[in-house]
Amino acid sequence: MKTNYKSSAGKRGDNVRSDCYIGIAPKKRGGIKLEVKSKVASMYGDSIKQQLYDMCAFFEIKNSDILLEDNGAPPFVIAARFEQAVKRLFPENQKEFLLPINKKNLYKTTKDRLRRSRLYLPGNEPKFFLNAGLHKPDGIILDLEDSVAHSEKEAARLIVRNALRSVDFYGSERMVRINQLPMGLEDLKFIVPNNVHVILIPKCESARQVVDVEEEVGRLKEIHKIKNEIYFMPIIESGLGIIKAYEIAAASKNNCALTIGLEDYTADIGTQRTLDGRESFFARSMIVNAAKAAGIQAIDTVFSDVSDMEGLRQSVLEAKSLGFEGKGCIHPRQVQVVHEGFAPTKDEIDKAMKIVAAFREAEKQGLGVVSLGSKMIDAPIVKRAKKTLFLSGLK
Amino acid sequence: MKLVKNAAGRLVPDEVNGQKQIPFKGVNKYKPTGNKAKPAIKSCIDFPPDGNKVVKNLKEALKKAGIKDGMTVSTHHHLRNGDVLTNILFDTIHAMGVKNIRWFPSASFPVHEHLIKYLEDGTIHHIEGSMNGPLGKFTTQGKMKGVGVLRSHGGRYQAVQDGEVHIDIAVIAAPTADTFGNANGVNGKSASGLIGFALADSEYADKVIVVTDNLVPFPCVPWQIQGNNVDYIVEIDSLGDPAKIVSGTTEVTKSPDRLLIAEYVARFIDEAGIMKNGFSFQAGSGGTNLAFVLYLKERMKAKGVKARFVRGGSTKYLVQMLEEGLTDYILDGQTFDLEGVRSMRENPSHVNTSPFTSYNFHGKGNFASIVDVAVLGATEVDINFNANVVSHSDGYLLHGIGGWQNCLYSKCTILAVPSFRDRIPVIIDEVTTLCGPGELIDVIITERGIAINPKRKDLLSAVKNSGLPIKTIKQLRDEVYEICGGAPAKPKVNKNKVVAVIKWVDGTVIDSVFQIKE
Repeated sequence: MKTNYKSSAGKRGDNVRSDCYIGIAPKKRGGIKLEVKSKVASMYGDSIKQQLYDMCAFFEIKNSDILLEDNGAPPFVIAARFEQAVKRLFPENQKEFLLPINKKNLYKTTKDRLRRSRLYLPGNEPKFFLNAGLHKPDGIILDLEDSVAHSEKEAARLIVRNALRSVDFYGSERMVRINQLPMGLEDLKFIVPNNVHVILIPKCESARQVVDVEEEVGRLKEIHKIKNEIYFMPIIESGLGIIKAYEIAAASKNNCALTIGLEDYTADIGTQRTLDGRESFFARSMIVNAAKAAGIQAIDTVFSDVSDMEGLRQSVLEAKSLGFEGKGCIHPRQVQVVHEGFAPTKDEIDKAMKIVAAFREAEKQGLGVVSLGSKMIDAPIVKRAKKTLFLSGLK
Repeated sequence: MKLVKNAAGRLVPDEVNGQKQIPFKGVNKYKPTGNKAKPAIKSCIDFPPDGNKVVKNLKEALKKAGIKDGMTVSTHHHLRNGDVLTNILFDTIHAMGVKNIRWFPSASFPVHEHLIKYLEDGTIHHIEGSMNGPLGKFTTQGKMKGVGVLRSHGGRYQAVQDGEVHIDIAVIAAPTADTFGNANGVNGKSASGLIGFALADSEYADKVIVVTDNLVPFPCVPWQIQGNNVDYIVEIDSLGDPAKIVSGTTEVTKSPDRLLIAEYVARFIDEAGIMKNGFSFQAGSGGTNLAFVLYLKERMKAKGVKARFVRGGSTKYLVQMLEEGLTDYILDGQTFDLEGVRSMRENPSHVNTSPFTSYNFHGKGNFASIVDVAVLGATEVDINFNANVVSHSDGYLLHGIGGWQNCLYSKCTILAVPSFRDRIPVIIDEVTTLCGPGELIDVIITERGIAINPKRKDLLSAVKNSGLPIKTIKQLRDEVYEICGGAPAKPKVNKNKVVAVIKWVDGTVIDSVFQIKE
């Protein structure tokens, strides 16, 4: 007789990788019956079964037929899919099955750290998570918004929560893009307690939205006794957002950067993206100006043609010339090109070295005024020169 | 049969298919000597003076060759997964009612799943060569009548010369041949590039049958196989599926993780000082391998470095290097795409090789050890740098050894592997099946970092300040186990039933494959 699994979660099929499918059929009696079909049964079959028994005990499931179709899902994925299937069965069950926090992820971030590259990963596709940090993006974004189908929003929250606890980010800044408010406020419950560094707030159109996020983050931090700072990166994706850019950028002391989403923005103003980007020049300049006025970083949109590395290179150089300090990536191979693009040129480095040398010399001689040749050098110029050397890897 | 522990600490049978075996004694510790096999001596007066050896069909040729129960029939694998001839060959042998054939291919492919029914009905007794995909599964389930024997390309030549395998009938698929039996792989609709894997067979078999779908008048030039060694020629409509013999075009991997590995490989070769004028390298056909060639090429161009020769597995990427003057020669063991075939046909600097020139243990030297750096794959690598290429951690045979064991003799052997595949760890405590001893393996390059064999102090110090992510092999293993959820359990096997043995390049038995309990 075919079992009727009343609740299910996850992915099944031949093309699924690093993921699994769980079905649960509750019964009146008979205890737990597991059916495990796993690609790694000979290697991890016993530990997978143990994990399922442990989770049944945790969620107080005593009598059920449980099916696992596993295509090499790591333990944090099995845990999330199982929990999702349980919650589809018992929506009132608020218990969370939390895996231990990976100690390698306990590093902190700072408001002004480098954010040249941020790599977007679809929040419900854990197969992309495990190796993302190896490509050394400055930030990794686990996305709960546009890359997640509406029906999978809750599943993605659990996957992202578990990933924040388990997956080694290899030093990249740990970012999550929440959903548009108010759904995004609900997302926060799954990420704030789990060592997130930066929250990206999509489709921002007012300072109020940033404040709403800030207040909810503050409330959750207090409940969970979270001490470390959590920063915000509002994403502006509409004409109204652009007009309110400065107000948004200045809305919270924990804003670290302001960025733009051009697909939605161009749709909003009734046009399409072009290669030379005249349609978005005003908006992007507004982002740069608003961010700088508020004392935070200006970060450019993503470059969406993953096969066109030369186009990406040009796009990064153009963004840099407009005043942007970072760019979004949708493929790991873009990261290195972005970093190279934002790296200072040889001329810039030479000039910066001269400026810093002149500054040190003036300091040593106790001079209040720094000059290089016939030109006087202001403090901001020295600061920029130091940043240039920092970016180039020189001290 | 009893199991004995060999020098690598693995349990191996002292007898396989009724033949006495020598357990592995250590790298270069065993030297088979003596004249144990020789080519059949023939006389020209027994062959048609007009040189026409064409017979009407395969059945006729097999009959003339005297096929009978228990004989050894060899084939080569240059037609790869496009090979239809081998399947037709065994259909014919089956129809003739012949039983218990020892099939001696230079490699098998998934297309040979067709032969499982002949393994089941006793037409084929067992396979000595490789047991890929479905044949591997069949063998590991313990369903083959005899015990499988896996050898490297060089080891296959050695086995023939040592008389371990006497070939009764060699059936050579020839994309082009003349009526005298001269044959090559560079021309014809089924062109495979070269047919060097059939060389030993053509020289040592009692009877040699050349089968072609492109019969030309004498002479067929170049003659990669010499007609003077050939008994019969058979013409058929088609040897196989050209699209699966060579791919129209080989593509580099798009996987960001594989590309990262490839980039590390190229950087390592450069930073370790191996990439210098006149150097040489070996490249294979896997996606990672193709990509490393591209990254290495960029570095060679930037530094103005030119290679003396490259050993392939040739593809359009190696051909481009040859045509752009970045290497003087391609020494080619098998051609993977149409560009490779074209280049071999047109360019005298693109040279065909054979297991004799490249790998043979009984050669007076061979090319493999002359190569500066070989970049290879593996299914598993353990913390003692031992590696496996024939099975996965589930214990099922899946791949052949190919030239892999022989290439380990290069001056620097790099295994470029992902650290895990979909929760299957690749870097582990102990390999499931031992194919290559760690003392010959110098560097493991994964997406998580690079582990250098501690005995290669020269390499360790050469890349010390390179910025490359150098780790110990144990660090890599720990990272992998953390991701996959601990050490994997070992496959449950029937320790009383050896289903296949792995030969080392000198003919000794380095490991056994046991029947899987399902």
